[in-house]
Amino acid sequence: MRDRAEYARKGIARGRSVVVMQYADGILFVAPNPSKALHKISEIYDRIGFAAVGRYNEFESLRLAGIRYADINGYTYNRNDVTGRGLANLYAQQLGMIFTDSIKSLEVEIVVAEVGDATEEDQIYRLTFDGSVFDEQGMAVIGGQSDAVAGRLKERYRPGLSLAEALDAALAALTEPGGERSPIGQLEVAVLDRTREQRKFQRLAGPRLERLLAAGPPEAPEAPPAPAEPTLPEKGAPEVDTGPPTAPDGDIDTGSDS
Amino acid sequence: MNNLFTNTGSSSFTEFLGMHASDLLPFRTERLAVPVSDQIPHATTIIAVTCAGGVVMAGDRRATSGNMILQRDIEKVFRTDDYSCLGIAGTASTGIEMARLYQVELEHYEKMEGRSLSTDGKANRLATMIKGNLPMAMQGLAVVPIFAAYDPNLDGGRIFGYDVGGGPYEQQQYHAIGSGSIFAKGSLKKLYRENASPEDAVLTCVQALYDAADDDSATGGPDVTRKIWPVAAVITAEGYRRLGDDEVAGYVHAMLEARMVNPDGPTAPLR
Repeated sequence: MRDRAEYARKGIARGRSVVVMQYADGILFVAPNPSKALHKISEIYDRIGFAAVGRYNEFESLRLAGIRYADINGYTYNRNDVTGRGLANLYAQQLGMIFTDSIKSLEVEIVVAEVGDATEEDQIYRLTFDGSVFDEQGMAVIGGQSDAVAGRLKERYRPGLSLAEALDAALAALTEPGGERSPIGQLEVAVLDRTREQRKFQRLAGPRLERLLAAGPPEAPEAPPAPAEPTLPEKGAPEVDTGPPTAPDGDIDTGSDS
Repeated sequence: MNNLFTNTGSSSFTEFLGMHASDLLPFRTERLAVPVSDQIPHATTIIAVTCAGGVVMAGDRRATSGNMILQRDIEKVFRTDDYSCLGIAGTASTGIEMARLYQVELEHYEKMEGRSLSTDGKANRLATMIKGNLPMAMQGLAVVPIFAAYDPNLDGGRIFGYDVGGGPYEQQQYHAIGSGSIFAKGSLKKLYRENASPEDAVLTCVQALYDAADDDSATGGPDVTRKIWPVAAVITAEGYRRLGDDEVAGYVHAMLEARMVNPDGPTAPLR
């Protein structure tokens, strides 16, 4: 059992972190992700979003199952009867069952977030590979060096941040001290925006994301040029030596290495 | 809920529902002992008209059962996703259920695949669902929808018609379904203008629905005293937008004012 947990923990720590945090109008998801096709962040239902790290094939099947669960419950009863708590419980059961029954535990860590009508009603659940559920307050960090990232995020997080401020805080937390921030082309950003009609989930990309990044707090003057520079060479020579994006983290975990 | 995780079939919600909870499908196969079609509410006239950069769909608000008016403010035009909508005529209960299933079907595909279905894909998917209802249609519980969508590839609106066996039949310019459709189509034939603005297209629809209600008892006209107006929706590159009651009221009042002088409405030039 301990070997299994150690194995899963190593797999999850190998990739890069994903940040999920509250801001004034909802919940923000930020993931450094070079792939445009293999998402780490996804819409599950009207108010529910999903973020995951670890092995792509494993969390993708969890994501699809979550969509099936939400859609079939919304269709059977009513759209308001689909809750993040129900989904988190379903995932917890499945993850726990696989952890105890299967030869190999899933190497994933996921977040199920539900946006409410007001900040107090927002919910962020973090689920680990063994099926434990953590009801997080305000923010959650999964994958990679999650403790270090969470520490940096805690310094900057406070309730009621604007979207631009929250995004800046998330990017600062995801960047190692002295390191460079991920260029805009390698960021996957999405929000559950409580001000939207019915389907609250929205991906932020392109010009809108650029404007948000430029509107970050003034005490970070190096922020605006940082995203602008790497995007230009990227258009001219895309993916020179990164190879095909086989998984969101770049590295493929074959499961054979220790 | 176990087969949630093992199911690796297609991205169709209907298919999944059929395997997982087939009793929730709107389709039935059992035979009815007694014909019930005139005891079940029927939805009546829906029209769709293309306009500059999109399409407009409008429907009256009446549901009838035989000679009874069962509901004055039923909704028969449904938003199915950001760029499409569906109107239903025929058996109201089955139609509403089918529209609900179809909404989930499109959204489910979008979430599973990370992209929306193509407009033709959406139209075909609806045809399959109508075909599934054929056994019931043969017993009098028919549902015939009309589907309208903004197609980003053509940057314009498209309209699809169906029959009880499926379809789709792509329609040019305009189309109408339901008991008042004959009269609505006659009206549309004379009032349709190529590349009309969305505003003018809504007015055309309001006129045509009035003409349908004028001659078909199952189609409801605008209810001025209760302030029940037709449902009108515009779909353009900006997405689906259902017009507010006040907005539709404006079109209806403009039409009624003109009809106080000319009860038969606008006339088309003879030459």
